[in-house]
Amino acid sequence: MSVILVFLAVIAGFGGWWLSHQRLMAKPWLEQGVIGDLVGMEGSALPTAKIGLGVFLAVVGCLFALFTSAYFMRMELSDWQPLPIPRLLWFNTGVLVLSSVALQCASVAARKGQIDTVRLGLTTAGLTALAFLVGQLVAWRELTADGYLLTANPANSFFYLITGMHGLHILGGLVALGRTTAGAWNGARPQRLRLSVELCAMYWHFLLFVWLAIFALLAGWAATFIDICRQLLT
Amino acid sequence: MVDVTPADAIPPAEVAEMELYHPHSWWTKYVFSQDAKVIAIQYSATATAIGFVALVLSWLMRLQLGFPGTFDFITPEAYYQFITMHGMIMVIYLLTALFLGGFGNYLIPLMVGARDMVFPYVNMLSYWIYLLAVLVLVASFFAPGGPTGAGWTLYPPQAIMTGTPGGQDWGIMLMLVSLILFIIGFTMGGLNYVVTVLQGRTRGMTLMRLPLTVWGIFTATVMALLAFPALFVACVMMLFDRALGTSFFMPAIVEMGEQLQHSGGSPILFQHLFWFFGHPEVYIVALPAFGIVSDLISVHARKNIFGYRMMVWAIIGIGALSFVVWAHHMYVSGMHPYFGFFFATTTLIIAVPTAIKVYNWVLTLWRGDIHLTIPMLFALAFIVTFVNGGLTGLFLGNVVVDVPLSDTMFVVAHFHMVMGVAPIVVIFGAIYHWYPKVTGRMLDERLGQFHFWVTFLGAYLIFFPMHYIGLMGVPRRYNELTDVTVMTESAQHLNSFISIMAFIVGFAQIVFLFNLIWSIRHGREAGGNPWRATTLEWQTPQTPPAHGNFGKELPIVYRWAYDYSVPGAKEDFIPQNMPGAFGTSREPA
Amino acid sequence: MAIALVLVLIVVGSVLFHFLSPWWWTPIASNWDYIDNTIIITFWITGVVFAAVVLFMAYCVFRFRHREGNRAAYEPESKRLEWWLTVVTAAGVTALLVPGLFVWNRFVNVPSDATDVEVVGQQWQWSFRLPGKDGKLGTSDTRDVTPENPLGVIASDPNGQDDVVVEAADLHLPVGKPVKMLLRSIDVLHDFYVPEFRAKMDMIPGSVTYFWFTPTKTGTFQVLCAELCGQGHSLMHGVVMVDSQEDYLAWLGEQQTFAQLTAPEQTGSADQIPGKTIASGQEIAAELETVGSR
Repeated sequence: MSVILVFLAVIAGFGGWWLSHQRLMAKPWLEQGVIGDLVGMEGSALPTAKIGLGVFLAVVGCLFALFTSAYFMRMELSDWQPLPIPRLLWFNTGVLVLSSVALQCASVAARKGQIDTVRLGLTTAGLTALAFLVGQLVAWRELTADGYLLTANPANSFFYLITGMHGLHILGGLVALGRTTAGAWNGARPQRLRLSVELCAMYWHFLLFVWLAIFALLAGWAATFIDICRQLLT
Repeated sequence: MVDVTPADAIPPAEVAEMELYHPHSWWTKYVFSQDAKVIAIQYSATATAIGFVALVLSWLMRLQLGFPGTFDFITPEAYYQFITMHGMIMVIYLLTALFLGGFGNYLIPLMVGARDMVFPYVNMLSYWIYLLAVLVLVASFFAPGGPTGAGWTLYPPQAIMTGTPGGQDWGIMLMLVSLILFIIGFTMGGLNYVVTVLQGRTRGMTLMRLPLTVWGIFTATVMALLAFPALFVACVMMLFDRALGTSFFMPAIVEMGEQLQHSGGSPILFQHLFWFFGHPEVYIVALPAFGIVSDLISVHARKNIFGYRMMVWAIIGIGALSFVVWAHHMYVSGMHPYFGFFFATTTLIIAVPTAIKVYNWVLTLWRGDIHLTIPMLFALAFIVTFVNGGLTGLFLGNVVVDVPLSDTMFVVAHFHMVMGVAPIVVIFGAIYHWYPKVTGRMLDERLGQFHFWVTFLGAYLIFFPMHYIGLMGVPRRYNELTDVTVMTESAQHLNSFISIMAFIVGFAQIVFLFNLIWSIRHGREAGGNPWRATTLEWQTPQTPPAHGNFGKELPIVYRWAYDYSVPGAKEDFIPQNMPGAFGTSREPA
Repeated sequence: MAIALVLVLIVVGSVLFHFLSPWWWTPIASNWDYIDNTIIITFWITGVVFAAVVLFMAYCVFRFRHREGNRAAYEPESKRLEWWLTVVTAAGVTALLVPGLFVWNRFVNVPSDATDVEVVGQQWQWSFRLPGKDGKLGTSDTRDVTPENPLGVIASDPNGQDDVVVEAADLHLPVGKPVKMLLRSIDVLHDFYVPEFRAKMDMIPGSVTYFWFTPTKTGTFQVLCAELCGQGHSLMHGVVMVDSQEDYLAWLGEQQTFAQLTAPEQTGSADQIPGKTIASGQEIAAELETVGSR
């Protein structure tokens, strides 16, 4: 459970940092009048939707941290046999990076009001994300064909489970991206469009980060890294 | 110290007005409503309905325990199905849903001075997914093989094996699917509750001016958002084990002489995941209760809550600590025994902020002006039952004391006292308190008195003696105690007595339900602020509050939520949105 | 007003119930009176706190109940009082925790002279295995469980041949000798629990858990399963008899070893197995007797 505890410690760090700016030591009964005008006492200046997405991403991060924790705990049992990572995953990773870059471009373009670039970026991101999902499915088929079945070994089970869970999150993101893209073609209000594109980009970057983390985990580098850390500590 | 702006110099509210969704038809107004208040009532009604199912299940199991051998239809399978569904419904589908989905939805926007939740559409989806989860749960009663009988902890391997009711039928699958749906639905709602507190507060409503109710619900929601994923992960993995034959939790097993296909899995892994959710869950239920009861005591004792700052810090501290105590549910699970040292220490440390909260509640009563209204009576009942249940928690949290007591009726008595009776009496108190705001009418006082006395005394008489049955060594989750030698004949009489009390207390809840329905039409007219309370929900222009909560302009907050009996002020309460300074000597003498 | 009186009655009633009711723990039959003492300490500390808080509340409700013209005091906080209460609480909690951890340390560290006894749980019965002459239990694996080998002892392990196997019958233990219970399950979670011994621990399929104790009283004790294990959970009883040394040896002499149990299959190849590894329970008992008398 150490992975999830580290993750929660990071979240707690953010929470503590935020709380430390909220004057929790104040004696509220001595303060009358409007004190909301003090800096940072009210809601953040960021759009509410971004805060909402941020909280949601913390929950998603928590989910994957828990899968990772379970992975490490199950890995220590004797029947664990790591499976070879299909080389296709490298290609998929590249595609997902491309998708993220495209959305970042769209987001920058939206800020500048270049609607054509926004449309291009959104479409590219959508198509590359779809390509990523297809690539993942092909990787699954390759593994199954090579005899690495879901139930044969817990390492296989975790591989399908975690990549599947990540794929579902991309799929969910594609729904939002699809709506945003439709808005970009149908002339949504620029301000609104800009926010939607930025939200999509945020979500995409996060899922790319999650993918890199679980790729490292499934390929076994994460375990090696932790072993090195452990040796350094002891 | 903060500069105090003179009240009359304040310009009108500058908080950006949110766009409200305006309902167009009866359907979008009352059914697919995006108004947090309607969603709150939908959540509460659904939770109450399913809660009554759980109440009936508890009667059935008490029939078996109190009068063993009398009722043939309660087979061992049926008994285990009753306890499982009773526990699961009460913890998740009633308490969590009612506190966060019900009270959270109704009170957060009103108390922080917002027009609605920040994402009303997502909020509406949250309820409908919750309802779907409840329906899937109910469906398992009618599925072949019936609902799961694995105990509410759903420990593998037995949860998915033939020796357990529903293990190889539909029961466990529907249970897991229902939980997964619940978590998805809850996450949608939870995002709303958290972000509304972060972003939706009206002008002047700083964190330290929030009523403790909001603090409790807010912290509990943050915890729930971070804890429920653990249950989600556990459920998904168990679903894989059961439906697809993986071995996450399933080791090599010989079942009834036959080797199963699984191998190498770890049942303890499930327990870690489950309790990583399960312990925060206790506080997810407790913190809203703490917050609400603080407000009930303060309003009805006409006195500010004692030590507000300490109360806030304690809520945050308990919330954070509750993530590092989970394995105290696993002292005798066979995990590495050295974990016991760590988890016993963290568990007993958490007792300190909890105790501080109790002290502050009773110190709020000290030199108060205590109106013994029904909400106040329930708040007092909460303190008694919570202190009792909390103190027995010190037995079970202290690792070696837990060894003889774990898995006995002592545990059952403890958690029913501390997270059954205590939060539920707070819910009752809160309903008597806020019902006038929701409906515009008071609940009937005489029925309320009856409900209070029977519930409080009855529940205490049920669960206090039960500790001693556990102390004798009588294990929990036994449908048949006649062959257990430590179960003496006199203890069996005590068990019958407990069962009879359970029926009486259950009956009182039907009276309460009648009161709820009857008073909508026939209750005494309440007016906007019957309890003369300071918080914003009592200052709305209409009662019940209209869509959008406040009139044309959002209220501006000038003071904290607890200006009761301020020296020098004319009235014994000053609403949060009343401008101007009152009282000269505000420091206690 | 009634509520103040009721609060007092609750305290008085609870205390009277605690001291006067016939429902109390069963007499202890093991060395774990340390645990009982810790419980007593906990009862005292928590009882005092409960009575103090509820009585104080009753007094407040009585003394400060609403009367016409009353007004509450204005008292946002009192740092000193809160700190004092925190310190006193922390002291109380420490007084609970320290003895608890001390005894836990004893509980998890098995004395070196404890004899191994294996308990195997399955739906819904108990079986046991005692080490043979060599004093060692043979290794086991759930995959090796067959009708002839119900405990899954690995046949190729020489340590296991002379193990005494007690399938679905009573376990006997000698009084006054520490035993380390090695707990195993071949299907679901179980929990070996004898109320009189105070100790208990879950059994997990796929791993071996343990606890230790020293029986201090002879007699017959009921074993209960304390972890929900399916619909037969409440019928999963067993019996432990704590015997004097002579009675124990007499019982042991009647038991069969693993080799004897699996012998019918091995008749063809009996020659290949050295005669002395097929030790009977009788021989083991005799061996133990000589060890004991030395």
